[in-house]
Amino acid sequence: MPIEIPTLNFIALAPPLIVIGTALLVLLFDLAVTDKRVLGYLGLVGVVIAAGVSIAMGPRPATTFQAMAISDGYALFFNLVFLATAGLSILIAIDYLERHDLQRGEYYALLLFSASGMMLMAAATDLIVVFLGLEIMSVALYILAGFNWRQLASAEAAMKYFILGAFASAFFLYGAALTYGATGTTNLNQIGLWLSGGNSDPMALVGLGLLLAGFAFKVAAVPFQWWTPDVYQGAPTSVTAFMSVGAKGAGFAALIRVLRSGFGDSAYSADWALAAAVLAVLTMTFGNLAALPQKDVKRMLGYSSIAHAGYILVGVAAASESGVRGVLFYLLAYAFMNVGAFAVASALERRGEFSTTQRDYAGLSQREPLLAVAMTVFMLSLTGMPPLVGFWGKLFVFRAAVEAGMSWLAIVGVINSAVSAFYYLGVVVQMYMRAPAEYSPRLVGEESDAKKPAAVNLEVAIGTAVLLAMLLTVVLGLWPGPVASLVTMMPLG
Amino acid sequence: MIIQSIWLAIAFPLAGLLFNGLLGRRLGRGVVGIVGPGTVALAFVVGLFAGLDLLALPAQDRAIVVTLWNWISVGSFRAGMSLLADPLSVLMVLVVTGVGFLIHVYSIGYMEHEEDRLYARFFTFLNLFIVSMLILVLADNYLLMYVGWELVGVCSYLLIGFWFRRGDDPQDPVRLKDGELVPVPANLNPADSGKKAFIVNRVGDFGFALGVFLIWTTFGTLNFADVFGAAPEIASGTVTVITLLLFVGAVGKSAQLPLYVWLPDAMAGPTPVSALIHAATMVTAGVYMVARSHALYALAPTTSLVVALVGVITALYAATIALVQTDLKRVLAYSTISQLGYMFLAVGVGAYASGMFHLTTHAFFKALLFLAAGSVMHALGDVIDIRRMGGLRQKMPRTYWTFVIGALALAGFPLTSGFFSKDEILAKAFEFSPILWALGLLTALLTGFYTFRALFVAFWGSARDQELFDHAHESPGVMTWPLILLAGLALFGGILGLPQILGVDHALAGWLHPAFADLEGEGAEAIHHGLSAGLEWGLLGLSSVIALLGIGLAYWFYVANPGWPADLAVRFKSVFKLLVNKYYVDDLYDLLFVDPGKALARFCAQGIDNAAIDGIIDGGARLIVQGGAWLGRLQTGFIRHYALAMFLGVIVVVAYFFLR
Repeated sequence: MPIEIPTLNFIALAPPLIVIGTALLVLLFDLAVTDKRVLGYLGLVGVVIAAGVSIAMGPRPATTFQAMAISDGYALFFNLVFLATAGLSILIAIDYLERHDLQRGEYYALLLFSASGMMLMAAATDLIVVFLGLEIMSVALYILAGFNWRQLASAEAAMKYFILGAFASAFFLYGAALTYGATGTTNLNQIGLWLSGGNSDPMALVGLGLLLAGFAFKVAAVPFQWWTPDVYQGAPTSVTAFMSVGAKGAGFAALIRVLRSGFGDSAYSADWALAAAVLAVLTMTFGNLAALPQKDVKRMLGYSSIAHAGYILVGVAAASESGVRGVLFYLLAYAFMNVGAFAVASALERRGEFSTTQRDYAGLSQREPLLAVAMTVFMLSLTGMPPLVGFWGKLFVFRAAVEAGMSWLAIVGVINSAVSAFYYLGVVVQMYMRAPAEYSPRLVGEESDAKKPAAVNLEVAIGTAVLLAMLLTVVLGLWPGPVASLVTMMPLG
Repeated sequence: MIIQSIWLAIAFPLAGLLFNGLLGRRLGRGVVGIVGPGTVALAFVVGLFAGLDLLALPAQDRAIVVTLWNWISVGSFRAGMSLLADPLSVLMVLVVTGVGFLIHVYSIGYMEHEEDRLYARFFTFLNLFIVSMLILVLADNYLLMYVGWELVGVCSYLLIGFWFRRGDDPQDPVRLKDGELVPVPANLNPADSGKKAFIVNRVGDFGFALGVFLIWTTFGTLNFADVFGAAPEIASGTVTVITLLLFVGAVGKSAQLPLYVWLPDAMAGPTPVSALIHAATMVTAGVYMVARSHALYALAPTTSLVVALVGVITALYAATIALVQTDLKRVLAYSTISQLGYMFLAVGVGAYASGMFHLTTHAFFKALLFLAAGSVMHALGDVIDIRRMGGLRQKMPRTYWTFVIGALALAGFPLTSGFFSKDEILAKAFEFSPILWALGLLTALLTGFYTFRALFVAFWGSARDQELFDHAHESPGVMTWPLILLAGLALFGGILGLPQILGVDHALAGWLHPAFADLEGEGAEAIHHGLSAGLEWGLLGLSSVIALLGIGLAYWFYVANPGWPADLAVRFKSVFKLLVNKYYVDDLYDLLFVDPGKALARFCAQGIDNAAIDGIIDGGARLIVQGGAWLGRLQTGFIRHYALAMFLGVIVVVAYFFLR
C-alpha cells in the first residue's frame, strides 16, 4: 500500500506560523534580556509582519494539509482582527505589567500562541483542526487569566475559566464525534456534501447542537456565558482586553465556517438560524440587563461583551452572505472600541489595584482630558452612536437580519442598544458631570494625601494604544467605505 | 432703477441688527446709537427712491415684483422669496422707516439710563422689528407676509417684555367725593404683558393661518397677483370665509374687539416701542392687510360689513374707556384702539385709500403723542399717572407744545392732519350708512374730550406732586427734535389728502390709485363721491364743530369747573366703576379662558406628564434596572452552578435540534 505523501503548503498558513515563530523567539530572548519590555516590542514586530503577510497574500483561496485548513479571504480578514487585537493588547501589557510588577517574558509568548490558535481556528476546514486551534488558544488564555497569581481573584478566574472551558471543550468534542459518526468525516466540506446529498441523521443534528454549545461558550452566549464576568474581572486587564475580542472573534470565525460550510446547504440551515436567533435575543438581553447595575467597570464591560456577542449572533442568524460580512465588520469595529475601552481602564488602574469602579472615572475630563475624550468615543461607539464605527457594525448585522426576514430580531437589537446607552453613558456622566473623587489610599503603606484626586500615569505604550484605537474608531466610523468593501471581497473559500 | 433693489430697504436694518446684536455690547453705545437709526435712515432713502422710480413709470405698470430666490418648491407648492413694490407697499415702507427713524433717534435719549448691553439689545430688537415689518409690507405672497406677520409679533413680545424683571405696577385708587375709594386695576408687569400680547395674538394668527390655508386650497397659489386675478371666478361663499379668517388675524394684530385686550397692557414696554410698534406701525398691519387684499374684500360684502361694524363699535367702545384712564399711556393706548377702529370702518365701507390716509396721519400724530408722553415720563422718573402731574407746561415747553399739536390732530381740530383723514372716513361712512357715520361722530366727540382731559390734567393747573414737579426738566434735543419734526407732520400731514371740494387734488389717493385701480370708482375718481358739495361742506363743518365741542367740554370740566368730574363720578358711580374696570372684560377673559387654560396646563403638566407619562417611563426604567440586579444575583460565583446552568443549556439546545 503506497504511502501518500501529503502536500504541505506551509505558505498558506504563513501568518500563524510567523506568530508562533515570534513566540518561540520571545521565549528564547527571555533567557538573555533583562528589560522584558523589549520582548513586548519584539512580539509587536512579529504581529506587524504577520499582518503585512496576511494582506500581501490576498483573498485567493489556497487549501493546505489535505484540505484541513484554508487560506481564504475570510481567514485573512480574521487574521487582521486577531493581530490588531494582539498588537493593541501587547501595547497595553508593556506598561500595565510593569506597573503591576508582573513583567515576565512568557506573557508575550503565551499571548502570541493564543493568537496563533485563533488564526488557526479561522483557517480550519476540519473539525479536528478547529479543536486544535481552540485548545491552543484556550490553554494559553487559561494561563494568562491567572497571570496575576498573587491576587486570589486572578487565580480564581483562571480556575473557573479552565474548568468550565474544559467542560465546553468536551461538548465540542462530543459534537464532533457524533457528527463524524453520522457523516463519516470531520472535513467541513465533506460534511456539507454529505448533507446536501439529501442524507439525514438525527445523530448529526445532536452533534450540531453540541458543537453550537461549545462555540457558544467561547463567544460567551447565554446560557454559556456564566464564566465571563468573573473571569473578565479577575484576569489582568491587559488579558481581558485581549480575550474579550480575540476569543470571541475566534469562536465566531470557526462557528460561522462550521455552520456555513458544514451545515449551510442542508435542510438544517433554517434550524440553526432560528437557534442562533433565539440565542442572540437571550444573549443581548441578558448582557445588557445585567450590565445595568454594575459599578465595577471591568465587570460592566464583561457583561457588555456578552451583549455584543448577542448582536453578532444576529448576523449569524441572518444565515446569509451579508450576515457574514456584517459579522466581519462588526468584529473589526469591536476590536478597536472594546480594546480601546479596556486600554483606558488599564491606564486608570492604580498600582496594586486591579479594577476600576465608576467613581474612579469621576471628573476625568478635568484630570486627563485626552483619556476622557477617548473613553467617551469608545462608550458612544459601543452604544452604536453614529458616526462611530460601532454604529456601522450594528447597522450591517441588523440590516442583514431584516433582509433575511428577521425584522423582529433587528428590533430587539435596537431596543437592546437603547438600554445599553444607560450604562455606557453612565461612565461618560461620571467623567464629565461629576467632581473628581478624592483620593483615598486603599493600600497600606501609601502616603495619604486625601485632598488630591488619584493621579493617572499615562505611559507611552498604553497612550499609543488608546490613541490608535480612538483614531480607528473615529476614522472607520466617518469613512467606513474601505472596510465595508473589503469585507465583500473576503468570502468563505 | 433702485426699485429693483428694494430688498436693500430690508438689508440695511438687517445689517444693523446683526451688527448691533453681535458687536454692539463691545463697541459701546456711541456706535450703537449711530448704526441703529442710521440703517433705518438708509432704508427710508431706499424707499424714497423707490417711490420716485414708481412715479416715473406709467400708472398701470406701478407694481414691481423683485424675486430674490425661490424659497420653497415642494410638489406644486411654490413660494418665492419675492417682494412687491407698488404704491401701497412703498407708502408703508416710507411710514415705517420714516417714523421709525425718528423714533430710533428719540430712543438714543430715552434709553440713555440703560446699561450698555441692554442699550445694544434694545436697538437690536428695534432694527429686527423694522426688518420684520418691511418683510410684512413688501411680501408679494401670503406666506411671506405671514412670516413678517409672525416676526413683528415676536418683536412686539420681546420689546413689551424688555424690562422683564419689573413687577406689577399698582395704581392709586380713586377717592370719590363721598369718601369711597374706587380701586384702579394694577398695570400688568412687562413679562406677563408680553406673554398676554403674544398669546392673544395667537388667536388672531390662527385665523389668519387658516385663511392662508384656505387660499392655498382654493386658488392653488399664495401669490397676491395670481390670487387676486383668479378671485372673481371663486364662489362668493368661499371668498367670504377666506376674508373673514384673514380679518380674524387683523382683529388680533390691530387690537379690535374682542381681541383688543393686549394693547393697553403692551404699554408696559419702553415708550418708544409703544410709539413705533403699538401705535404707528405694527398695529396697523391689519389695516394694510385688508387694503392689500381689497380685491378679495370687494368681492365679500358681508365681510366688509363685519369689518366696518367691528371697526366703528371698537372705536366708540375704546373711546369710552379712555375717558376715565388715569395712566397717560393707557389713554393713548385706548385712543389707538379707537383710531384703528376708524381705519377698519374706512376699509369696511370700501374706502381703502381713506383708511390708508388715516393710517398715515395717525402714525404721525400718535407717534408724536407717545413720544411726548415718554418725554414726560423721562422727566418725572417713569411716573405716568396724570393725577400726579400738573403744571408741566411751564417746565417742559417743547414737550407741551408738541403734545398740544398731537392732541389737536387726534381730536380732529380743523386743518390738522387728523381732521382731514377722519373727516374723509366719516364722509365715506355717511355715504354708506348714516348710522355708522353717527357712531363715528360720537366717537370723535369723545376723542376730543378725553385727549384734552389728559392734556389739561397733565400740563395745566398747578403741580399736584411738588417733589416730582421740582424734579421735572425738559428732555434733551435728541428727544425733542423728533417731537418737533413729528409735530410738523401731524400739523401739515393733511396736505396729503385735501378734500376735493377745496379744489385741489387728493395727493395720496392719486398716489395709491394704481394699487386700487382694479376697484370700480375707487381711488382718485372716488373722491368725487355721491355727496353733493353742500352736504360735504355740511359734514366738514359738523366734524369741526364736534371736535371743538369735545375740546371745549374738556376745558369746561377740567379747567373752568374742576369740581365737576368728581361730582359726575359720584352721580354715575356704577358707570364710572364700569369704565375704570374696562367693562370687566379682562376679568371676564380671565374667568373664561385664562384660569381654565392654566388649570388645564397644570393638569397636563402634573397629572399627565409628571404622573402618567414620566411614571410609565421611570417605572419602565426602574423595572429594567431591577431586572438587571435580579439577573446579577444569578451570578453566584460558584462553578457548580455555572456548570449546571451550562448543562441545562446543552440539554435544551440538543433537545431543540432533536425534537424540531
